[in-house]
Amino acid sequence: MGMKPARFDHLLPSTLQEALSMLAEHAPDARPLAGGQSLVPMMNFRLARPTVLVDLNKIPELAYIRDAGDHLAIGAMTRERAIENSDLVRAASPLLHDATLNIAHLPIRSRGTIGGSISNADPAAEYPATVLALDATLVARSVRGAREILAAAFFDGVMTTTLEPDEILAEIRVPKAPPGSGGAFVEIARRHGDFALAGVAAQINLDGEAVTDIRLAACGVGPGPIRLTAAEDILRAGGLTDAALAEAGRAAAEAADPEGDVHATAAYRRKLAGVMTRRAVKKAAGRARKTV
Amino acid sequence: MTDTRKITVTVNGERLTGAAEPRMLLVDFLRDELRRTGTHVGCEHGVCGACTVIIDGDAARSCLMFAVQADGAEISTIEGLAANGEMHPLQKLFSEHHALQCGFCTPGMLMTAMDLVHNSKDHSPEAIRTGMSAALCRCTGYVGIIEAVTEYARQVHGDAAVADRDSGENSHG
Repeated sequence: MGMKPARFDHLLPSTLQEALSMLAEHAPDARPLAGGQSLVPMMNFRLARPTVLVDLNKIPELAYIRDAGDHLAIGAMTRERAIENSDLVRAASPLLHDATLNIAHLPIRSRGTIGGSISNADPAAEYPATVLALDATLVARSVRGAREILAAAFFDGVMTTTLEPDEILAEIRVPKAPPGSGGAFVEIARRHGDFALAGVAAQINLDGEAVTDIRLAACGVGPGPIRLTAAEDILRAGGLTDAALAEAGRAAAEAADPEGDVHATAAYRRKLAGVMTRRAVKKAAGRARKTV
Repeated sequence: MTDTRKITVTVNGERLTGAAEPRMLLVDFLRDELRRTGTHVGCEHGVCGACTVIIDGDAARSCLMFAVQADGAEISTIEGLAANGEMHPLQKLFSEHHALQCGFCTPGMLMTAMDLVHNSKDHSPEAIRTGMSAALCRCTGYVGIIEAVTEYARQVHGDAAVADRDSGENSHG
């Protein structure tokens, strides 16, 4: 009757310091429990069997969205629903707002957290690709201190990150989108809220129609989020012409490294990587033109 | 040795206490320990939405939370919708629009809709369809469900709130 996950001990710290001490004491058997929207299903299937859960849900100091001048500082335990409803996020990072609306469904976003999603590093998840495209800085904390990790150095293969077993992701620093910039997240799923077959996060800066800066990252089409540097180079050199967009789409498809599964073949996902790239760039550029 | 904790929650305004191992899911605690069986349990991994309840104001999957995490929480379930022997307006609309057949998904549908209509700002047809995609029905199809929720949003927020704003730009014909 109703006992699916394997047995574990539940620890409920009320401060970050307390949580870090618990993790240090129980590493590597302990896992932090954030929103639980990915970890708990895996525990219900017994694909994950942590013996100790350090539950971060009662640590108020980990849930915040702050204006920190040139960037937004977002606490790791901030719920996706709070990010979706934040006027500050909508104004300072349309890409982050867009990406959030694509995450699962509202009842999942009620619990799911930004720190949990990034640390879980699911290849199909929206936030890992988004923080790559945003060039965000991720702040890890442990009893040994704090460490700043660039998003580009954080992801390390399927559901793997460069966090140490005693570290947690504590804060996400999202650079504010400057005037003349636009961001967008576009994905394709069988049903809204399902895992993306392919998705692309785009952050673009325009000077007139010239592309002065662009960062693109894809999800769902590789072992982790993929930065689409070849496509970026093509658009930086060629601008937003139809020819350059088509070429960038082909480069993105080439950079994709998808596996086929019951939802879509590898070839279809690869094609989608190109299509999503073109759509995301167009949407981001449209927004950039409006902010000038 | 079993590690059992005492858990107190407020369910539909009623303070209830039960015992749970850390690994007991909230939905099983509600059903098996507190005997509040109105909330259904389907897929147990957050996909189907049958177990959706409202926890401290927001709809959430009760199969993706442990009972120990809900200690002290305020929970609303389908059992709290009807009052004085009268169905809630949303329940009446589900009946009128034939928005259920077997009824298995209905508790989750209703709690998803309550959150969507009362806590979201956007009640356009697109937003209601997207919002209700959080819960799966395997017998009626969704036409009646969407009609019932749209009519409820109209009752709560007025005609303008449920009007189609996109005039076809995003329609898929």
